[in-house]
Amino acid sequence: MSVITYREALRQAIDEEMSRDERVFLLGEEVGQYNGAYKVSMGLLEKYGEERVKDTPITELGFTGLAVGAAMAGLRPICEWMTFNFGILALDQVVNNAAKMRHMSGGQFNVPMVIRGPNGPAEFLSSQHSQSLTAYFTHVPGLKVIAPATPYDAKGLLKSAIRDDNPVIFLEGELMYAWKGEVPDQEYTIPIGEADIKRKGRDVSIVTFSKPLKIVEEAAEELAKEGIDAEVVDLRSLKPLDEKSIYSSVAKTNRCVVVDESWPVNSFGSYVAWLVSKNCFDDLDAPVELVSSEDVPMPYNHSLELAVQPSVEKIMAAAKKVLYI
Amino acid sequence: MAEKIIMTALSPTMEEGLIIRWNKREGDTVSSGDVLCEVETDKASMEYESFQEGVLLKILLGEGEKCKVGRTIAVIGQDNEDISGLLNEVKSEEQNSGSPAAEAKKAQSRDEQDSEDHKIVGNKTSPENSQVSKIKASPLAKKLAKENFVDLKHIAGSGPNGRIVKRDIEEILASSKKAMKQKPLVVNSEDLKVPLSGTRKVIASRLAESKFSAPHFYLSLSINMKNVLEAREKLNSQRENKISLNAFLVKIAAQALSKHPFINSSWQGDSILMRGTIDIALAVEKEDGLITPVVRNCYQKGLVAIDKEFSELIQKARENKLSPEEYQNAGFTISNLGSYGIEDFTAIINPPGSAILAVGKIMKTPVVNEQDQIEVQAMMKVTLSCDHRVIDGALGARFLKDFKEMIENPISALY
Repeated sequence: MSVITYREALRQAIDEEMSRDERVFLLGEEVGQYNGAYKVSMGLLEKYGEERVKDTPITELGFTGLAVGAAMAGLRPICEWMTFNFGILALDQVVNNAAKMRHMSGGQFNVPMVIRGPNGPAEFLSSQHSQSLTAYFTHVPGLKVIAPATPYDAKGLLKSAIRDDNPVIFLEGELMYAWKGEVPDQEYTIPIGEADIKRKGRDVSIVTFSKPLKIVEEAAEELAKEGIDAEVVDLRSLKPLDEKSIYSSVAKTNRCVVVDESWPVNSFGSYVAWLVSKNCFDDLDAPVELVSSEDVPMPYNHSLELAVQPSVEKIMAAAKKVLYI
Repeated sequence: MAEKIIMTALSPTMEEGLIIRWNKREGDTVSSGDVLCEVETDKASMEYESFQEGVLLKILLGEGEKCKVGRTIAVIGQDNEDISGLLNEVKSEEQNSGSPAAEAKKAQSRDEQDSEDHKIVGNKTSPENSQVSKIKASPLAKKLAKENFVDLKHIAGSGPNGRIVKRDIEEILASSKKAMKQKPLVVNSEDLKVPLSGTRKVIASRLAESKFSAPHFYLSLSINMKNVLEAREKLNSQRENKISLNAFLVKIAAQALSKHPFINSSWQGDSILMRGTIDIALAVEKEDGLITPVVRNCYQKGLVAIDKEFSELIQKARENKLSPEEYQNAGFTISNLGSYGIEDFTAIINPPGSAILAVGKIMKTPVVNEQDQIEVQAMMKVTLSCDHRVIDGALGARFLKDFKEMIENPISALY
């Protein structure tokens, strides 16, 4: 095991898959000469050349469409969006082409592509560049959506995503690139569609994914000091979703808090909360709680910026609420 | 033409029913024999099979709500039928009889006004008069209550707005277990008020009724168990499933009852019902009280069949799964406390029977034999409680004498 960053885990996954399969190529803004805006593609241009590491113009709709076409033609593009904020410009290609091509062509065309980049709130970026757009993608049938929170999960799942024959949306986070964690030295993959119990507990299930995992784990530590034994369920894959792991956790704890840094209305977290309310009805001793960002554009003022997002305190309060403490 | 669906008595002693779950929803088609809903009666939860047909138009009694037998719980008819007239009729019926639902609503709105930080400290039981028809409980608490036969209406919830939650049920279960085990009270500890389970209520009312209305008298004698124990041992040595001693007692009692039909009869006020079959109950302890599973037609059944039926019924009794026909309407009952070391005791007659046999422990006892010598024998004391309205002393004594002889000489049961 080596301890590496989330950024390095992604780079290793891309590197290993590019050397394994020559159909795999990387494209996006500044992925080549600049080594990527967040340095995920460090050294790849040098190693694989301009044919396979393509710097694109600032045209998200254009180069995403190019990737869809390349995938239909038999290549396996990894399309980096500098951030998902810019990816909104490419939604038509994602929603109407990438997601639907297989269905509409009666299975004649697969779209084996990965769209990846940072999603979710970061810091000091104000309203337009600091937001979780997860639900835009989980909403669309035909896409797989993955949101790993540790270097280990990121590497194993990105490799699986690149090998998958479907369009996969791979959600990262600007603040997560420097996070460190253990990753095996030998090759491994993680199947898409399996949640991971990051911490075992019997009092309350806290279900989350992506960046909030860190504050959820901190909250679980704090709760433990007060004698509350929280179980942390990291979804990792949102679509397909490992419902079974969620339900068996809730069946054990009888209480559920969902943490999602998106806005609350129609978020993936609210969908999970609804699933639990419906499918674990007789196991629940309290209504499911959702800890989300507030339903407002991200403020620039740092105190307000923190106040509108999920926090350790908010997660602890929700856990205590479902425990009637 | 739309009709009312009435809460019917699903067991002979049922006075009110609580809807556990509706299996049909408004708009569903109902055929005769379909299960409309599950109803909790005084002793068990029962399926309410519809004898009416049509479309379920309106449910008037929701899940978790209860009402007296005879009240309207739903309306059935044809699709899109106008039922406003019928609903008004139901409404006025309820108003005339001081609808518990209406009272409960008033109570509830009062509750809601001052319940924001309402918490009941200490004693978990709420006063009888603060019953509300809509009980607030978490789904899990409802499930646990149902599984453990806890009546939610007696519990003051500790959750927000008085919601009953898991810990409230657990506390009740723990306290009734505690009370059941009769741990000695520590000096200065608080009194513990244990709410009545459905079973407890039925035991209290039926046995009080029996003891206060049936003039009991008691006949006791000792029985030499040597031969029956030997017979049992011989039989069991060839069998994998051992036949219990109780099965022998039941079988022999059935043989003796066949010769004394008045023991197997019921007081009916203006007549005595001599029963056509010999249905014998065995008193069984379960967690929240006592129940008497019945084996029917014991005269026609052999030992093995009786034993098998009882062991199945006892298993069901412990899981609270007996249906009323499995525990009601026995003609004769046996209560055996021998396993607790009780030497002899008197039992209260289990109506509608007229006699009950209380069986004590089998004890090695010095007995004077016919040669005036003292020998050690396995003896068992039994006491027959009889309802004097039906059974006179000599009649009871003749029955008991026959029973004794049949046990002491099992072959005589065949005479």
